[in-house]
Order: sequence, then structure tokens, then C-alpha cells
Amino acid sequence: MSNIANKQAICNVLLKASETDKDIVVLCSDSRGSASMTEFAKQRPEQFVEVGIAEQNLVSISAGLAVCGKKAFAVSPASFLSTRSMEQAKVDAAYSKTNVTLIGISGGVSYGALGMTHHSANDIATMASIPNMRVYLPSDHLQTEKLIEALLQDKLPSYVRVGRNAVEPVYEEGNVPFTMDKATTVCDGNDVAIIACGEMVKPAKDAAAILAKDGIKARVIDMYCLKPLDSEAILKAAKETKVIVTVEEHSPFGGLGSMVAQVVAANEPKRVINLSLPDEPVVTGKSAEVFKHYGLDAEGIAKKVKELV
Amino acid sequence: MRDLKLKACQIRQGVLQLIHEAKTGHIGGDMSVTDILVDLYYKQMNVSPEGMQDPDRDRFVLSKGHSVEALYTILADKGFFPKDELKTYSQYGSKFIGHPNNKINGIEMNTGSLGHGLSVGVGMAMAGKMDKRDYRVYVVMGDGEMAEGSVWEAIMAAGHYKLDNITAFVDRNRLQISGTTEQVMSQDSQEQRWASFGWNVLSIPGNDMEAIDAAVQLSKETKGKPTVIIANTTKGCGVSFMENQAGWHHRVPTDEEFAQGMKELKEKEAAL
Ligand SMILES: Cc1ncc(C[n+]2csc(CCOP(=O)(O)OP(=O)(O)O)c2C)c(N)n1
Ligand SMILES: [Mg+2]
Repeated sequence: MSNIANKQAICNVLLKASETDKDIVVLCSDSRGSASMTEFAKQRPEQFVEVGIAEQNLVSISAGLAVCGKKAFAVSPASFLSTRSMEQAKVDAAYSKTNVTLIGISGGVSYGALGMTHHSANDIATMASIPNMRVYLPSDHLQTEKLIEALLQDKLPSYVRVGRNAVEPVYEEGNVPFTMDKATTVCDGNDVAIIACGEMVKPAKDAAAILAKDGIKARVIDMYCLKPLDSEAILKAAKETKVIVTVEEHSPFGGLGSMVAQVVAANEPKRVINLSLPDEPVVTGKSAEVFKHYGLDAEGIAKKVKELV
Repeated sequence: MRDLKLKACQIRQGVLQLIHEAKTGHIGGDMSVTDILVDLYYKQMNVSPEGMQDPDRDRFVLSKGHSVEALYTILADKGFFPKDELKTYSQYGSKFIGHPNNKINGIEMNTGSLGHGLSVGVGMAMAGKMDKRDYRVYVVMGDGEMAEGSVWEAIMAAGHYKLDNITAFVDRNRLQISGTTEQVMSQDSQEQRWASFGWNVLSIPGNDMEAIDAAVQLSKETKGKPTVIIANTTKGCGVSFMENQAGWHHRVPTDEEFAQGMKELKEKEAAL
């Protein structure tokens, strides 16, 4: 099966839903191509708004549309959306509790050699720290579909980060376990719990396969819902496994690792080891090169786990 | 002037080569802005590889940071770093990333997120006034970039403080990623817009070396207000099939396109 980018899945769901739901509005900031929204703009010109290179305007216009009954999807590079327009996200989308879905595309280090201006290694931290804002990092296109369908069912603000590249799916067509705001257990095991989000779930799953060969049984948890965080799944893992390893394409601060550690420390003290990007501009390279460099590929994750158990 | 035109032609060849080899880059905007950068770096600006600590050097900010390939090619040619180092551009571990980075000699300010450069330039110009230094600040922006609200905050501030030590350029190539600026977000009447904030406005054919040079000269002589040069350029300028094509914003040339582009640029060089 050919790989489909998560952003493409978003466009597909929105195209389908907007056949009948005329309140859906997609907004872009000279980003329709990289957002895979060109098709939406073509097929639904009356439900598409181009704001030009103006991310702050993008978010506030979305909020304005939303308070007048629209379901606004603001789609723009995660780097700019989560920092440039953070105040608009905080005040207009979240504080006013409007029906705005911020879609951060080309998230994490997707932009590779374009460097730090284009990386969004702090979007979980910025967005999750805003009251009322929900934060999701789906792992593959199948889960992305489910998530967007679920988000269309409510009227609350949220931030969704997806990557730029088509990634190998974690799940199988027709077999995508998904409960809104509940983490998905990708595989079970009681030696170690690997909790990952976004594009890190696939390497975590592959790491579990490597570890299995050495007799290490890893539980892999897909924590696509960063906020509200599925604390139950975390505490269950803390009780049932020996050590927790978190994996994220994010800064070491304020992301998945911090959140998991906070829950574990308060309720079920246990070691939590965080694998993340470093607190510095990342090495130049494509995503895969960057992941390998910092041990965020399957081999790197497996190696770290072996050291721990 | 002939020297500058030759140089611009050679820099374009260098850019084409760099992007073809690295298989990445923003070639359209590089080609439209090359003549401006050549006039600044080879004639008008007081900057040199050895002088980057000199407090009196002119300051340059490439606000449309994605045109970094043109800047790198010029800095390499001027000896700010060994030409060979540039071969690592965008490769694993390289310090030459796809946007200006001040780890590299010759680069003052990291850019890449549009809409910051003019504000930074305003700060640099203010510092010059505070310290009574007579350096000049040059900022180059894209026309799509003009949609960022922060740009207008900077324009307002520079007008308010009458910063006559700053020269801004708008690379008015009429294209951005998604199409023409007039389709995406209208940028016509730039001249009136800037003038209403108290700027001296010069509108010129932006790939014409004489016109660029004369405008920069005039901006230096204009007292009491900042100057903006609206450079009406052609995106992809110099390579026929790239000219005025939105798709060439960041397309990478195939081997055939590379050969064809080099041929055209060499012919232009020979005809000068
Ligand atoms: C704040 C921000 N938003 C979006 C981008 C992505 N981006 C890079 S280049 C570009 C188009 C720029 O168009 P323009 O300013 O006209 O530049 P030029 O035509 O000279 O290449 C965009 C949207 C960015 N770099 N920064
Ligand atoms: Mg342009």
C-alpha cells in the first residue's frame, strides 16, 4: 500500500464532509500547496479563504468565522502557526472558545535543512499551555482521518500537528482502533512502556519488534491526544511495566515527556526517560537523518530501552 | 556597470549549480533578487570578509531569507568563507542551512520566517543613530512577505523616527508560492502605501543594474526619511523557462533544465 501523508488525509476528510456541510471553511496562508489543500481550494472555492502570508490574520479571521457559525480549519506550517500566531490562538481561538481547528502542517523537523525558523519543536508546549486548547499529534493517515472526523463532531478549539512527509502507517486499513481522547495501545508488553506521539509512534512500534527478538516485551502507547492527556493509560503503564520511555519530535521541555513525567511523579512514581529533540537548533538534515542523529529512529529507541531494562 | 552585470550573470550560474547539486533551494526568488544583491555587495555596501567586527560596517538583512542561495553564492565569491565549504549546502551536518544563519561569516541576522527583517533593520538603524555612526542598513523583502502585519509596524516605526539611514527593497516579482500576489493577497499600489507612512519611495525596473545603483545612491542622499526601493523584478530572471512561473518558487531543475539554464546564462554573459 502506498503511503499517504497525514495532511492529505485531512484534505480528504474535509472534502468529503464539506459536500454536505457548507459551514466548513478552510483557510490557508500561501500554504495550500504544502498543506495538500490545493484540491480543496479548487473543488470548494466558496468554502476556501486565502489570507496571504499573514498567520496572525489567519487565526483571528478563523475565529471570526467561527463565532458566526463556521467550522474554521486554519492550515499553515506548524512553526508559524504555533509561535507567530500564538496570541491569536490563545485569545481568539481558545479564550473565546471558538470552533477553530488549527492544523499545523510540516510539523517538527519536517522542513529539514530549512532550519530552526521552520521547525516546530515547541508547539506542544506552547499550545498545551493555553487553557481550552486541545492538542493532537496523530501518528498515521488512518488515525488522522478518525481524528478529524471526531473533531468535526464538536465545536471546541484544537491544534493538530502533522508532518510533511508520507509516513508508513502504524495501523491497517479497516482496523484502526480509535476512541477520542484515549490513547491507543499499539502492542502490549510489561517490561517497558514506550509512549510516543505523532511520527514517533511508527519507530516506537518498530523498536518494540527489535526488542522482542531480545525477549524484551515492550508496550507501545500511541498518545496522539496530548491534551487532554490520557492519564489513565499512563498510570496503568506505570503500574504494570518497569520503566517508561517517552518519544517525541519536540523539545525536551513541555512536551510529551514532561507531561507523562508529571502524571507519573504525582501518582505512581517510576522512572520516566524522555527521548526528544535537543534544546538547541537541530543538526542540518532530512527528517530521517535528524531522527537517527538523536536516536529517535527504531534502532536508537531500542538501544536506549536495552540500556534501561 | 558592465562588471556588475557580468557578476550578476555569474552569480546566477552559481546559484543554478548550487541548487542543482543540493537538489533543494528557492531558485525563483534568488534569480529575481540577484541584481540587487550584486549592486549592494560589489558596489554600494561597506562590508568585507575581514570587516565583520567593524562597528561602522553597513548592515544587511535578507528578510526574504529563502533567497539564501544567492546570498551564499555572493559571500563565497567575495571570500567570506572558502567556496568549497558551500558544497555541503543543505547536506547532513552542514552549517549552510536553507536560510541565512549568523554562524556564517558575513551574515548579520538569522532569517527565514518572513516579516521580521524590516523590524530588525529598524533596530539596527536606531542603534546607528544612537551611537552617531554613519553606517547604512539595507533590508530586502519579498512582495508576498508584505502581507505580514509586522512589516507595516516596522514601516510605521521607521517613518515615525525618520530613519534616513535605512534602505528597504521590495523584490516586486509579483509572485509567491500559491500564484500571483494579486490572486493571493493584492500588493498593488506599494508606492502609495509606503509613501503614506512617510517613506521616500523609488520605483524602478528591478533587474536593471543602472536603475538599482542610481536608486541606492539616491537613497543614501535622501535626508529626513527612510527610503524604499520598489524593485519591479522578474521571478526566475535570466532563465527563460523559469521566468514568471510560480512553480519555480522552489522547484529543483532536472539535469536537462540545468544544462539549458546554464546555456542561456552563458550566452547572456557572452553578449555583455
Ligand atoms: C512567516 C512565514 N510564513 C510562511 C513562510 C513560507 N514561505 C517561504 S517563501 C514564501 C513565499 C514568499 O513570497 P515572496 O515574499 O513574494 O518571495 P519571493 O517571490 O521573492 O520568493 C512563503 C509563504 C515563511 N518562510 N515565513
Ligand atoms: Mg514574490
